[in-house]
Amino acid sequence: MSTDIKKFKSESPMSGVLRMDRMPHIWCPGCGIGSEVNAFAEAVKRSGIDPKKLVVVSGIGCTGRVAGYVDFDSIHTTHGRAIPVATGVKLANPELTVVVFSGEGDLTGIGGNHLIHAARRNMDLIVICNNNFTYGMTGGQVTPTTPSSAIASTTPYGNYEYPFSLPFLVDAAGGTYIARWTSMHARNVTQSIEEALQRKGFSFIEIISPCTTLYLRRNRLGDGVDMLQDYQEKTILKHGADTRETAIDFQGKIVIGKFVDKQKPTYLEAVDKCCIKLVGDDYQLYGKTIPEREAEEKAEKERIAARRAAVLAEENKAVVTKVSAKIPVKAGVKKTAAKVVKKAAVKVAAPAKKTIVKAPAKTAKKATAATTKKAAPKATVKVVAKKAAAKTTVKVAEKKPVAKPAVKKTRK
Amino acid sequence: MDGDHALAEGALAAGCRFFAGYPITPSTETAERFAERAPEVGALFIQMEDELASIAALIGAAWAGQKCMTVTCGPGFSLMTENLGLAAMTETPLVIANVQRGGPSTGLPTLTAQQDMMQAKYGPHGDNAIIALCPDSPQECFDLTVEAFNLSEFYRVPVIILTDETVGHMHEKVVIPPADQIKVVPRNNYSGPKEDCRPYKFDSKGGHPMVRAGDGYNFHITGLVHNEMGYPVMTADQGKIVVTHLMEKINSNADDIIRLEEDQVEGADIVVVSYGITSRIAVKAIQDARKEGIKVGSLRLITIWPFCEKRISELSGKVKAFVVPEINYGQMVREVERCAHGRSEVISVNHCGGAVHDPEVILDAIRKASK
Repeated sequence: MSTDIKKFKSESPMSGVLRMDRMPHIWCPGCGIGSEVNAFAEAVKRSGIDPKKLVVVSGIGCTGRVAGYVDFDSIHTTHGRAIPVATGVKLANPELTVVVFSGEGDLTGIGGNHLIHAARRNMDLIVICNNNFTYGMTGGQVTPTTPSSAIASTTPYGNYEYPFSLPFLVDAAGGTYIARWTSMHARNVTQSIEEALQRKGFSFIEIISPCTTLYLRRNRLGDGVDMLQDYQEKTILKHGADTRETAIDFQGKIVIGKFVDKQKPTYLEAVDKCCIKLVGDDYQLYGKTIPEREAEEKAEKERIAARRAAVLAEENKAVVTKVSAKIPVKAGVKKTAAKVVKKAAVKVAAPAKKTIVKAPAKTAKKATAATTKKAAPKATVKVVAKKAAAKTTVKVAEKKPVAKPAVKKTRK
Repeated sequence: MDGDHALAEGALAAGCRFFAGYPITPSTETAERFAERAPEVGALFIQMEDELASIAALIGAAWAGQKCMTVTCGPGFSLMTENLGLAAMTETPLVIANVQRGGPSTGLPTLTAQQDMMQAKYGPHGDNAIIALCPDSPQECFDLTVEAFNLSEFYRVPVIILTDETVGHMHEKVVIPPADQIKVVPRNNYSGPKEDCRPYKFDSKGGHPMVRAGDGYNFHITGLVHNEMGYPVMTADQGKIVVTHLMEKINSNADDIIRLEEDQVEGADIVVVSYGITSRIAVKAIQDARKEGIKVGSLRLITIWPFCEKRISELSGKVKAFVVPEINYGQMVREVERCAHGRSEVISVNHCGGAVHDPEVILDAIRKASK
């Protein structure tokens, strides 16, 4: 059995992006963090960025443990301080891409000050915020985003505080890219992270996610699958939504989408602009002049584009062969995939749902018994995902159960 | 140049190119100096949102390859103790200057003190060892900042410069030698094969390389108890390995780290143990006492932590008394007492802060001790 696990680890499509030697992870079955990390890893692979130049910084808590599972340079910091540590990393070596992956208690409670100031400075960071409305690691206490009236261990009679709406908060503070999804929207999460990896400035991606063990149980909201269904019913896709309208009431509607995407000089660009005026063309940071750094950046961008093109070409090849074998769909959709998916997702978000979620959940349970087959469904899921936007929600629903059996097996 | 500015110049001379700080009297001038000098030397200064963030940014910057520094005083230092613990745990080289002012709490923001001596060592929760140095002049602010960086790089430990408002705001001549005459320990980055890369080596020694972000080693570091790979291993056994290493890395190398300045200590009846600005006040008292025929020696602590246990222990029994003047209610005097083993009398000459001692008070203590 142990050899099987070894094989599973080494052959996992995430080997090389996740630290398979650290698996199994600590997250509960049904928790959304796993699929978020998967979506992140997928985004890194697709983005074409050099994984050697990627640093992941986490704070404390369940999501804080992400840094320990990603196979990049990674720093697990103190509670709330992931953003300033990440700021130090980025400023000390601007060539690095720095991602903060942490929970809402960490980022907006104890670390709230750092969040707003990093956004204000338009610090070139990507902040991925797992928002599960609870302090999971310490046993389910109320957080700054817990909806009013929700029960937590420290609000046993219902939460009487007003929660933060994070897109609104970050928008007000000056963030230049703001998106919100749920952990069910794995493809969209991947896409948002991919976008963020390609851009400069402060990117904030909030992912609403179920804490099955604490938040769902205490509030009698069922299990992880129930919550995914709930997300399907309650999410309203609204790209460009006014962030003032993104508040979340207890079990109310959740506005999702990409709300903000604008350009503004980053902190380092502002430093450069100021210093070149002062010192002149000789201005250097860490021994490199601005033109030197720009040339390096341009070269790196080209390498990234080449890698990304290669990844996408590979995918398209797989898609074409798969698709031609199955559904005779017209080619040509692929290249514009990114944009098409986004637009299509709008339409899809509403209809496709109701019937989908439960069915794969059941099949998944059966699949748990038949261990060997997991590779097959996953592969098809991926392929379909890339291609036909109209099926986004279906795949996402299927993807979840695939992850589940893996966890169960490794735990035993 | 004043002491605060000398701290910034010392940092630049030592190769520090990243400074994150937050304004606080009486240390702000160091940050201002660095901010002013940064563009011309290719360094980066950032004023963070608070001291929690300042030291956090240093930890990030250190692992991304820069030598880095911050400056603060009591209230800010209290905030920094959080990540001072993380820096010690992750063996991150960085330098913090604490230009001490009167406390507790907001205390005496513009007036001098030496009240954070114990906090520097015992501030962060849990057992950890750091190095602390104590300059008595602007010149030493420069020299010891360079030394602080060197120690910090070699032992991969946070080094704290415990100066005070008086030295910080004192204007004196500072000689900055040509760059090639300043001994600087460069950052030692690991460059071997990936499979042998370990962010840590638990052998109670210094000299282990850092691993730099972006070099392709995919390191992981955490504030949790960890193994040499940096991965969390949360067991009592591993805790023992890590804590022992952190403590012994400093304790067992104390002889190499500690610097003292002695004057007529051999054969003395009374030894004045002092540090920082107080040692300069003590000089007057010592001179006067000698004029009165009292055999007084002076032991100036340049290195505060690790404490010079061995030297005090050697002297205990040989000298009649140790006189310990300091601008606090009696902090380092406890260490002297501990190491005197009851074999010599230990006399505290404390001062609650806001001013330096009147030399006469120290002289009185010497007179009493000699009787």
